[in-house]
Amino acid sequence: MRLRRSMMFVPGNNPGMIKDAGIFGADCIMFDLEDSVAMTEKDTARFLVYNALTTLDYGNIEKVVRINDLSSGLGIEDLEAIVRAKPDVIRLPKTENAQDVIDCEAEIERIEREAGIPVGTTGMMAAIETAGGVLNAYEIAHSSKRLIGIALGAEDYVTDLKTTRSDDGTELFFARGMILNAARSAGIDALDTVYSDVNNEEGFIREATMIKKMGFSGKSIINPRQIAPLHEIFMPREKDLIKARAVMEAIREANERGSGVASLNGKMIDRPVVIRARYLLELAGENPDGEEETQEV
Amino acid sequence: MKIITTASAGTMESSDIIVRIEPAEKPGIEIHLTSSVMQQFGRQIEEAIRGTLGNLGVEDARVEAVDKGALDCTIKARVSAAAFRAAKRNDYDWRVKQ
Repeated sequence: MRLRRSMMFVPGNNPGMIKDAGIFGADCIMFDLEDSVAMTEKDTARFLVYNALTTLDYGNIEKVVRINDLSSGLGIEDLEAIVRAKPDVIRLPKTENAQDVIDCEAEIERIEREAGIPVGTTGMMAAIETAGGVLNAYEIAHSSKRLIGIALGAEDYVTDLKTTRSDDGTELFFARGMILNAARSAGIDALDTVYSDVNNEEGFIREATMIKKMGFSGKSIINPRQIAPLHEIFMPREKDLIKARAVMEAIREANERGSGVASLNGKMIDRPVVIRARYLLELAGENPDGEEETQEV
Repeated sequence: MKIITTASAGTMESSDIIVRIEPAEKPGIEIHLTSSVMQQFGRQIEEAIRGTLGNLGVEDARVEAVDKGALDCTIKARVSAAAFRAAKRNDYDWRVKQ
């Protein structure tokens, strides 16, 4: 399982931040060609991100690039450059419906063919940032096999709703619920929006705790300082890990006996219990099947 | 690629390089470089600028660059962007390794 607890935005026209982005321990780095780049610098940012991706080694960190939307007139050129630089994932902003994803995928596929990159190599994620997009979350989440997740972009969304963001997130409750359920129904990740007030760690922790409890896979972040508290929140508690290890051990023993039924402390282990145990161990960087660690945390 | 006007790309921030390209007064590539790491990397930076222009087919240009500790990939990116701007072209060929 690929962990996506922290997806850190890195402005695409900032060489210093691009250079250092890999050292902070974020699960994913999200190079941004969209909102953090001035209209007059779209070309320079594209060159910079292209050259960084084709030169710098970010190890196992997932590399995502947020392109400009296709209707802006900038998105196709972004794809021409970035697909050839082979990031793991292209993030499509302002996704309104399934057709937006399908159109973007067609362009990615064309460029993959032209560049001799195996078709399907480039993953996609879709950011949903409007009321219409939220209502179409289900069709968006199911629109392409390339999708690894869908994300909420709250700043544009609350503007569309004619409200503002609040500490308790009341205004995002419906969107978060829709996006989360749409993503899970498609078997992909659900990623929460940024928490913009980087100096309010208490507020960040409150919000991150809530979205983790809801079931989100992770959160977009805008500052490396937000990584450690976020990962801490997603780290399972030791007593839950002990129980999860015991569940997986019971399953292994039952398999060795050739038995289809496993039990722990006299209680039968249901399938959802196994799935939850597996997920917890993977979140903690352990291999549920008891071999080497799957991912360093 | 023919340089027909003056254009620049990059910033004066740390880890960046600002590259200004203008039509050449005489044939060839003329580079005026200032760098915070001139002593150690001046020659390498100049080679990166020259190599990038060569890959883009720029034969004649005057280049002024102020480097603030940019990596090679940043130098390539800034030189490429400045050259396309100075040539007033946007027919980028991403198949050519920049």
